[in-house]
Amino acid sequence: MMHLIALPVLLPLITGLLLLLMAGRKNFALNRAISLIGAGLLVLVAVLLFYTASSGVIQVYAMGDWAPPFGIVLVLDRLSAFMVLVTSVLAFFSIWYAASTMDHPAYNLNGLMHLLLMGINGAFLTGDLFNLFVCFEVLLLASYALLIQGDGPDRAKAALHYVVLNLAGSSLFLIAVATLYGITGTLNMADMAVKVAQLSEEEAPIVGAAALLFLVVFGLKAAAVPLYFWLPRAYSAASAPVAAMFAIMTKIGVYAIARMYTLIFGDQAGHLANLVQPWLWPLALVTLTLGFIGVLAGRTLRMQVSYLVIVSVGTLLAGLAIDTEASLSATFYYLAHSTWVCGALYLIVDLIRRQREDGSDELKSGPALPQATTLGILFFVAALSVAGMPPLSGFVGKVLLLNAVGTGYEAIWLWSLVLLSGLAAITALSRSGSTFFWRTSGGMAHTAKARAWPLAAAIGLLTTTPALALWGEPIIAYTDAMAEQLLNPEHYIQSVLRHTTVGG
Amino acid sequence: MTLLLIVLLPLFGALVPLATERYGRNICAWSACIAPLISLGLLISHLPRVLAGETLRYHREWLPSLGLDLSLRLDGLGLMFALLITGIGLLVLLYARYYLSSKDSLGKLYALLQIFMLAMLGIVLSDNILLMLVFWELTSLSSFLLIGYWSHQSAARKGARMALAITGAGGLCLLAGALLLGHIVGSFNLGDILAAGDQIRAHSLYPITLILVLLGAFTKSAQFPFHFWLPHAMSAPTPVSAYLHSATMVKAGVFLLARLYPALAGTEMWFFLVSFTGLATMVYAAYTALFKHDLKGLLAYSTISHLGLITLLFGFSTELAAAAAVFHIINHATFKASLFMAAGIIDHETGTRDMRKLNGLWKYMPYTALLAMVASAAMAGVPLLNGFLSKEMFFAESLHLEYMGAWGWVMPVLATLGALFSVAYSWRFIHDVFFNGEPVDLPKYPPHEPPRFMKVPVEMLVVLCLLVGIFPHFTVEPFMHAAASAVLGHEMPEYHLALWHGFNLPLLMSGIALAGGLLLYSQRKGLFAFYERKFRSDEKLVFEARVQRSVRLAQWVTDRLENGSLQRYMALFVGSALVVGTVGMWPLAEWTGSRALTPVDPVSLIAAGLLIVGSFGTVLIHHNRFAALLLLSVVGLVVSLTFIRFSAPDLALTQISVEAVTIVLLMLALYFLPQLTPNESGPKRVVRDVALSGAAGAGVGLLCWTVLTRPFTSISDYFLENSVSGGGGSNVVNVILVDFRGFDTLGEITVLALAAVGIYAMLHGLKLPLPNADGEGRRWAQDPHPPILSVMTRILLPLAIMVSLYIFLRGHNMPGGGFIAGLITSVALILQYISTGTEWMQQRLRWNYRKVAASGVMIATLTGLASWLFGYPFLTSTFTHVHWPVVGDFELASAMAFDVGVYVTVVGATMLILAHLGRLAQSTHEPPATNEKGEKI
Repeated sequence: MMHLIALPVLLPLITGLLLLLMAGRKNFALNRAISLIGAGLLVLVAVLLFYTASSGVIQVYAMGDWAPPFGIVLVLDRLSAFMVLVTSVLAFFSIWYAASTMDHPAYNLNGLMHLLLMGINGAFLTGDLFNLFVCFEVLLLASYALLIQGDGPDRAKAALHYVVLNLAGSSLFLIAVATLYGITGTLNMADMAVKVAQLSEEEAPIVGAAALLFLVVFGLKAAAVPLYFWLPRAYSAASAPVAAMFAIMTKIGVYAIARMYTLIFGDQAGHLANLVQPWLWPLALVTLTLGFIGVLAGRTLRMQVSYLVIVSVGTLLAGLAIDTEASLSATFYYLAHSTWVCGALYLIVDLIRRQREDGSDELKSGPALPQATTLGILFFVAALSVAGMPPLSGFVGKVLLLNAVGTGYEAIWLWSLVLLSGLAAITALSRSGSTFFWRTSGGMAHTAKARAWPLAAAIGLLTTTPALALWGEPIIAYTDAMAEQLLNPEHYIQSVLRHTTVGG
Repeated sequence: MTLLLIVLLPLFGALVPLATERYGRNICAWSACIAPLISLGLLISHLPRVLAGETLRYHREWLPSLGLDLSLRLDGLGLMFALLITGIGLLVLLYARYYLSSKDSLGKLYALLQIFMLAMLGIVLSDNILLMLVFWELTSLSSFLLIGYWSHQSAARKGARMALAITGAGGLCLLAGALLLGHIVGSFNLGDILAAGDQIRAHSLYPITLILVLLGAFTKSAQFPFHFWLPHAMSAPTPVSAYLHSATMVKAGVFLLARLYPALAGTEMWFFLVSFTGLATMVYAAYTALFKHDLKGLLAYSTISHLGLITLLFGFSTELAAAAAVFHIINHATFKASLFMAAGIIDHETGTRDMRKLNGLWKYMPYTALLAMVASAAMAGVPLLNGFLSKEMFFAESLHLEYMGAWGWVMPVLATLGALFSVAYSWRFIHDVFFNGEPVDLPKYPPHEPPRFMKVPVEMLVVLCLLVGIFPHFTVEPFMHAAASAVLGHEMPEYHLALWHGFNLPLLMSGIALAGGLLLYSQRKGLFAFYERKFRSDEKLVFEARVQRSVRLAQWVTDRLENGSLQRYMALFVGSALVVGTVGMWPLAEWTGSRALTPVDPVSLIAAGLLIVGSFGTVLIHHNRFAALLLLSVVGLVVSLTFIRFSAPDLALTQISVEAVTIVLLMLALYFLPQLTPNESGPKRVVRDVALSGAAGAGVGLLCWTVLTRPFTSISDYFLENSVSGGGGSNVVNVILVDFRGFDTLGEITVLALAAVGIYAMLHGLKLPLPNADGEGRRWAQDPHPPILSVMTRILLPLAIMVSLYIFLRGHNMPGGGFIAGLITSVALILQYISTGTEWMQQRLRWNYRKVAASGVMIATLTGLASWLFGYPFLTSTFTHVHWPVVGDFELASAMAFDVGVYVTVVGATMLILAHLGRLAQSTHEPPATNEKGEKI
């Protein structure tokens, strides 16, 4: 079925539109059912695509049947299939949680989540640079609309910072893409790779500048130093399923960096070969460091989790900077892990918060939670995983990455920072866990127990972490092959440029 | 397979007591013991083969690409430890049944204890160091939960966190060490690593590897200077202390030394690092133990000291020392576990563990006293008990050390000193608790013997102490032989354990230690006072203060960086772009490319001048918001003119209508804000911002210049050629929008619809204080809807809609299209709103604009999907010509349906924004009386 590639974009679009059209109905049951079915179908599609891609074929889908490089193409390779799968699993549980806990008729939370998914999946699948911009816009607007849901000055302020900075990012994206187009005359990424490789020495610096501007754009999305400052407050202010869903947002930046600087500006890019890797390395290490300092500093649980997201970004960027097959494989294994576990953490924190008497996640003692044991176990497992303790996926990811860096000078930096960040996470999370579950005062809180559905959503998302570790081998085999494909983009380029349209 | 079963059975054992807890404590206890009993049985069944020197293995792949496999091995060392872990574990389970009060959950304790047992068994049976590390961390984690079992106590919580932080940090070091070992050897398999000892020791990474591994071992085994967490772990229930802090967890560190002995030992560095750490720990902790008034505190420091002794023995690097170390591990586990249990009994029966209160218990509980005294004597190294034998071996080994050279006397002297302290505190344990007058203020009085079965575990261990002490040859020797051979990696030389070796130097050292210890204890009053003055510090408080300090430091750093200032974040963003842009452009040889410049005409020049004035003006007067907005609209208009000048009528039309709509909407929004922006930036920041934005603007300008002056070939020729033949339209811009790049357009109208929904969510239920006068206090006009305007606009409306339809229909071939038409319709409707008010419009136009916008996108999407029916990809277009009577030949393209979607979305989105902004203003023009609060719906 050739249209399968387009489904990760179209399915959420249609689901989202349906939900928007049904907005305002008094009976939510149907909305929830549609939302969940849409998300479930998306997982199914993503799994099918994952299987397709795992054979190593690269599939191209020409929108409007216009042959590349003239029309817009969607490209399915191992990386895009992997990202779509990671996203759809996360989305399924986030939407499940959203559908079972909240949706004010005014807010269209579920509908917006699906439209956000459309943008995210589009960004992963598209083989066209301008279309990537459009996808970024879709996901930016959707995430902004999701972020301002509800009220409170904190949320409004954080959302404003988020949208203003990201609009600036979009402008820079346009400037950079216009520069690239102005020199290479194309927007198709595969075609651009060919053109960039043939650039004269005279013109190369202009394209190089644009390539570096893209690093700023993607760095802002990925929340790398010095562009991450918007993230902690924005994510902490978001409602739980939205924050959980946002766990993938920084990874879009990471994906874009990986894609652009292997496909277009990779080894074969002539004068501009591998021009960002020297930048990435220090940025990654500083991000990692400031991230774990932030984890220690967190005054609320959500702030800690938000900084853990930044730690994961630093770790991932370090993996990209090393730029070997082993490191890229480790990076994407770690990406799946950190996305899912950070998402799960946001959901768990929300469950905890709802059972606290003051409804806050500030690190201070309070009455015991009605479901302390269940939530305690969930929090414990999630904390272990995110801190990289065995035998969960965080451990596997970290070991893969540490093994990939070799034993040179770079290893000293990465090893000490990654291990220190683990220690910081253990210290900080044991402090907060002990505060929430052990240092109780004043009897039992008079709050309602969590209902089964949201609890199941959080547990479901959390089970991905033991699953990633237990069945890690096939996943690592996949990411290995993916890294190989990523570092040898000829296949990708040929597949796109030789694509024949249906109409011939 | 049975090896795997031995390790995993406790997991099953952890679940059972949770399920059986409700059937009473006895059933819970017995059912909890089933799994470890089977494990123990399985171990015993392998006994003959292992003692004969065989190594049993189990291998199963887990993550081979990581080098992490599920491989287990059972050799002498593993067997010895596994027997200790399961054996003492079972005794602890039994003991805990009687120890725990009925308030506490027995099932939970059992579950945690057995998870811990699993982790320990995993460590000692792993045949892969990464797998060992997995279990290693699992012991840290389960012990965290066990120490914090009484979570309501602050001491327990802090103790647990401290233990986790220290052993967790050690675990991370060990992880690094293990990875280095794997790197050197090329395998994480223990067999390979042990066989590659020479290679490891010769490698340049050996020193760092050794240090990292030792950090792991020393933190776990509470070696100086990482010892301080162990005494605070004593906040755990006593069965936990007996199990974790005597027999098992703390032994994991020395187990690691034993396990990696063939791979790492045998260098000078090993000798000095290991033996001196062990020595310092042994002496310091033995000294400190004497001064602890808490029974468990004394035992904790004594444990640290004995672990130091074992470490020291491994440091000696001789074959017999390693054997002695193994021997002492067994001995220490037996007497220390029984002592902890005895301390727990005393605590249980008297309600206190303070030795200043506990006196003369001999009268009340003679049987327990006897057991405790035998165990304590074993700890002191009194002949006929097991502790004596290993201590003799230790003394003997300390006498001939090749690495010490002329300093050879230091070791035996300090060894004797350590033993002397050990005798002193052991004697204190006996004398203070069971004799020394009458008890003082016991919380429970009078104390009596504990329940029968609570003593059974202690009895069994004490009997073991005696048996080993008297008949070492028949009891412990085969185990020790097998274990020591496994440690050394080759067959242990012939050696026989015996009570009597004749009068020799070690015996003399023992004698000095015994006599000196008793003497020291007799001088205790002065010593206690001395210690109280000098050395009282609570590591828990120190640790907590350190954590607090690092948290505060982290908060200081984080607050400095992430200070919530959007201006700063923007400055960083622009600054980053400037830096990378400059670096990227640096190698550029020539700014100006080879393309000939087009001549400048006066009109363009004037327009450019206007543009510049408009932009600068906007920035300069931005404090006056309305005026700035008006100047900004000049910029927009000039841009539209520029489009016309360079033959892009579509873009110009779009730009003009977008301009009109946004300015109106912005006016509406500004209405709710103060007229003037307060001045918030200091002069320094203004300079920074001007410099940054000026440089960024210049940078973008230069970038444009370099790009535009260079020759250019692009894909756009293809669009020009294929617009009519492939897209069925001669307006290339429109064909690009709805066909060539229709997918982009679909995305953009989704963005529009999203903006509408987002604004709806933002404004829904929002209450804003409304001004009823302008900035200078002039009231807004009382007549908001002048009749002339409303009459005019009502006439205009159908005309405007007709124009927009026309623009829409001709769009595919001439300037126009759905986007522009939608904007024109919106402008027409906006005029109605302005002239007659929101309420009037709402009564007549009862549309839900969110749904309008969404259905627009839906129409476009469905149009795209229709091509699937014909086997073409999404959004493939088709077109045909039809003949309409009167109108004539007419072209019908499927892309027009898509364009309808665009049109509907644009109308829906703009109207939603307008209607909601307008609704905020509904009450503005009402009489001031009802407007006092300045609020509306």
